[in-house]
Amino acid sequence: MLTLENVSYRYAGALRPSLREVTMTLRDGEIVGVVGPSEAGKSTLCLVAAGLAPRTVGGSLTGRTLLDGAESMSLAMYEMAARIGIGFENPGTQLSGVTVTVYEEVAFGPMNLGVARGEVVARTEAALRTLHIEDLSARDPARLSGGQQQLVAIAGLLAMAPAHLVLDEPTAQLDPAGTQLVSAAITTLARSGRSILIAEHKTDLLASVCDRVVALESGRVVLEGAAGAVLGDPRLRELGVSEPSAIRIRRLAAESGLRSGILEEALAAPATSL
Amino acid sequence: MIELALEAVTHVYPVGKVHALDGIDLRIAGGERVALIGQNGSGKSTLVRHLNGLLRPTSGRVLVAGADVRHATVAQLAHTVGLVFQDPDRQIFAGTVRAEVEYGPRNLGLRGPALRAAVDDALAAVGLEHEEKTNPYDLGASRRKLLALASVLAMGTPALVLDEPTTGQDERGVERVRSVIDAVHAAGRTLVAISHDMRFVAEAFDRIVVMRAGRIIADGTPAIVFGSDSWETLRSTYLEPPLAALLGARLGLGSTPTDASLVTALGATASS
Repeated sequence: MLTLENVSYRYAGALRPSLREVTMTLRDGEIVGVVGPSEAGKSTLCLVAAGLAPRTVGGSLTGRTLLDGAESMSLAMYEMAARIGIGFENPGTQLSGVTVTVYEEVAFGPMNLGVARGEVVARTEAALRTLHIEDLSARDPARLSGGQQQLVAIAGLLAMAPAHLVLDEPTAQLDPAGTQLVSAAITTLARSGRSILIAEHKTDLLASVCDRVVALESGRVVLEGAAGAVLGDPRLRELGVSEPSAIRIRRLAAESGLRSGILEEALAAPATSL
Repeated sequence: MIELALEAVTHVYPVGKVHALDGIDLRIAGGERVALIGQNGSGKSTLVRHLNGLLRPTSGRVLVAGADVRHATVAQLAHTVGLVFQDPDRQIFAGTVRAEVEYGPRNLGLRGPALRAAVDDALAAVGLEHEEKTNPYDLGASRRKLLALASVLAMGTPALVLDEPTTGQDERGVERVRSVIDAVHAAGRTLVAISHDMRFVAEAFDRIVVMRAGRIIADGTPAIVFGSDSWETLRSTYLEPPLAALLGARLGLGSTPTDASLVTALGATASS
């Protein structure tokens, strides 16, 4: 379990705090979405939750962050890395830059955690399979498209098998099929008891995977609750967050004075052309 | 208004002999507003890099305003086709927002009031008019992306190519990009954009070109490309039409690629 208690955080040299009095809990087996307009503090929340801010990033933090009951700050960096993984929005930031094949890149994390060789191989191959990128194994990570790099970066995180995973816009550069793979992968992880915090602009994705959603504005939690309730809250739009497609269509129909009986029937069927 | 055309273009990357483009024939009329969709690695970015000479075809011809780009330098093409990269950090280098936006038009020879006006207009178009003196790296990632858009917009090129313009943008950012696209279109500039956001392409573009493995597999209006007759083609490359298109077909309302067209069609059935 990951807990933030009344956390405020300010980057070094910043005039204002980027997070203000944030209290939230990420339970084991749970997927929690983070939404908010640009610069509301979503990425900062990811850095703080993963223990990188202030430890690596600098800045100052008040309040407490607890990882499985222990103060995050009391854990050594290698202990943190074994328990919680973070995926950055830009895979260029994520990739190690020291490996020459995708296979080595995905194996890099568990190798550094001191995982036994056979286990590293098993985890690496499983992660490549999960994201359907086995055929990229021998390629140079630096010479892949942005979307492919994003899948490689996420495979690297899966191979580290952390109990908690923080993902900052993991599908920003992915096509719809890649987005589906990531969504399936995190759903599977959550079922195995891992917890996932995911910041995303794609609210359709959040609607399909999240148990709960928190909305941030100017560093504060302004909405929090069950995914369906938060993503359907009209205030979300006022915050500048795009509504999930179904919610938007319902709203537009209602605004045109349409009774939506047949629309609801159509929406009840699965949202796929298959 | 300038036309862009690819004729039987192939592009083979030297490393691994990857056929990124495999016989592309595409004609984009002057002033058209075209979206390119397809999976990661289907050749979309490779295709658009041919339009401003960053990449040269292995075979076939690329024509910009009727002239074969083989005879043009990248510098000459920069006057005609502006390209905004997916990752803004690949193009941002200046110390202030204003200097960043000034760089392009200055290189094209603009000076004095004309330069000032071009920069002012571009900054206002993306909502960065109050950040002139800000260091680009003090802006968040989404506003850096809008800055990269402004810096190409300011060059006033008759054709504009945007690679994933809405990635990482919140609702307001997407609206900004949309209004820039509308303004560019209204000014008669030719516009090509790559996107994975099906709802956005259905709403903001007149024509959608679908790519798979270096080839074009569908090409038409949003109503055609997202209409149920095209679903099998879309599925062959793991694309799904927007939810509005699915609902419209499910309700027997014909092709309704956008939320607005779905609601209009629903209204028409309700009142009849």
